[in-house]
Amino acid sequence: MEYVSPEGLRLDGRRPTEMRQLRAEIGAVSKADGSAVFEMGNTKVIAAVYGPREVQNRSQQINDQALVRCEYSMANFSTGDRVRKPKGDRRSIEISLVIRQTMEACIMTHLMPRSQIDIFVQVLQADGVSSYSCVSLSCSLPLIDHPHFMNYPKNNQSCGGMEGADYVNRTRSACINAATLALADAGIPMHDLATSCSAGYLNSTPLLDLNYIEDSAGGADVTVGILPTLDKVTLLQMDAKLPTNIFEDVMQLATEGCKAIANYIREVLVENTKQLEYRRGS
Amino acid sequence: MRNLQLSLNQTQKIRLQTALEKLESLSSKSNANSTLTVADSIPIYEEGILKGHGTSDRKGELVATVCGVVERINKLIYVRSLRSRFKPETGDIVIGRVIEVAQKRWKLEINFTQDATLMLSSMNLPDGIQRRRTAMDELNMRSIFTENDLVCAEVRSSHNDGSLQLQARNQKYGKLEKGQLLTVEPYLVKRRKQHFHHLEQYGIDLIIGCNGFIWVGEHVEVRDIMVLDQANDSEQQIGNSDRSSMDVDGQDGTFTPLETRQNICRIANAVRVLSALGFSITMEVILETVNLSNTMNLDIHEMLGSEFYVLVAESEAERRSSLTKRKR
Repeated sequence: MEYVSPEGLRLDGRRPTEMRQLRAEIGAVSKADGSAVFEMGNTKVIAAVYGPREVQNRSQQINDQALVRCEYSMANFSTGDRVRKPKGDRRSIEISLVIRQTMEACIMTHLMPRSQIDIFVQVLQADGVSSYSCVSLSCSLPLIDHPHFMNYPKNNQSCGGMEGADYVNRTRSACINAATLALADAGIPMHDLATSCSAGYLNSTPLLDLNYIEDSAGGADVTVGILPTLDKVTLLQMDAKLPTNIFEDVMQLATEGCKAIANYIREVLVENTKQLEYRRGS
Repeated sequence: MRNLQLSLNQTQKIRLQTALEKLESLSSKSNANSTLTVADSIPIYEEGILKGHGTSDRKGELVATVCGVVERINKLIYVRSLRSRFKPETGDIVIGRVIEVAQKRWKLEINFTQDATLMLSSMNLPDGIQRRRTAMDELNMRSIFTENDLVCAEVRSSHNDGSLQLQARNQKYGKLEKGQLLTVEPYLVKRRKQHFHHLEQYGIDLIIGCNGFIWVGEHVEVRDIMVLDQANDSEQQIGNSDRSSMDVDGQDGTFTPLETRQNICRIANAVRVLSALGFSITMEVILETVNLSNTMNLDIHEMLGSEFYVLVAESEAERRSSLTKRKR
């Protein structure tokens, strides 16, 4: 299948180095210390941060730094098929761990000893079959190209229950971005704003920020998380294999994407801070 | 952008917008481009600076670690973060909720990174004499405060490990009853000389805790309530302080009159509106908002309607512009 047209446009009309539309909103959960909604195209994630607060389980208390906890979940209504997912399945545990490690790397935990920071991330909408069916139909693609009917092969290591993995992996970067925003909103001191973005390689073209159809195509998918001003990588995950020289290009592209997201997040935060400050008055 | 969750009609939207823009224009003169986000570098104009909270050193460059406003006091540079938990200073008046009664101490939730401790020894005991706290006092701790009681106290000290000690060595501190607790963002409360207010015209006590907990309750004369409690307790069994306090009500014949209850609700709603709009909360502003609602002849429940939010925003813009004019 052709993922990049001869004119250099992708299935949803983007250029190869173009990102999906971003939207961020701070302060979505009123009772939380910090919260944010982050949208990347059709993926929508809400994050809430509670803390730093008293450690709930005394045995987990760390005497010289804060304890960071993260819980990831997908709302039942987030995907096309409404299936009841058991809480704490292995995929969500894995992604909770990924988010926790990424965030722990940028929070200055030593400033808040004997306390606990809870990050709750929930996917409200996952880019997928249901949300794309209308798009692909409106693009007048033949119905047989619809992902539901396609028998797409994927060189993925974990073949069992791939559908669930796809959803989870696709929301990874949006989750990290939402968590960063929520942490910044909670006024928790951090070294840098960790941001994340994915890139793929299809039709011998590196593509930024894959959508559902592209992700299901079976090409490589590289998710990168960076600390933009420190120029450090906090997360790097890849499904499938890529030659080293191509991998470098794809990763470079994803890093650029991360920086673009960081700029956007920065704008949103500055605007929010300004607003809070002038409303408060002197 | 923090959105108000209100349903505004078109005119209200525009009026709110203009009021907020007015507020923005009033403040933007004083602090242009001093707002920062995480990892923004802070310009340094002189040598030998002291780096304060919210800053960190990165290869000779000073960067912010929180979102906020840069403050420069002589050589000290720090970033004042807006939305964050309470940062206690010694002498702050706080309101807290008792989470746990532990050995010789109460654990209080005060919107801090940890629960604060109020030692039995840093409390004024009911009999009012300075003496060693006995094992009997320790057993009777629940007759003073039990779990979920609201307590007003003062920050005594904070320690290196982040723990916080409170004290209540005065009659004005202690248990809070017959009223409402409101929680607002701590950055909206400024440290003042006076945090206890007695609003005589309403018969109400207003305590603006530095930790963003605001108490609106019926006025109580500063008298030794605990002596009464103790007297009751000694007659009855220890540990049923709820019943004993109810008995106090019955004996004195003091129940909160309807008018006072309405006043409590009115003031509480004024605080709610102000905190939702993100305006700093002082006694004067609260009273002005209450007066506004009274002059508009609004019912208490109407104060939470969208029209009143717009009115409060407009009057606040008016108030601040008149303040700046007066300064000139």
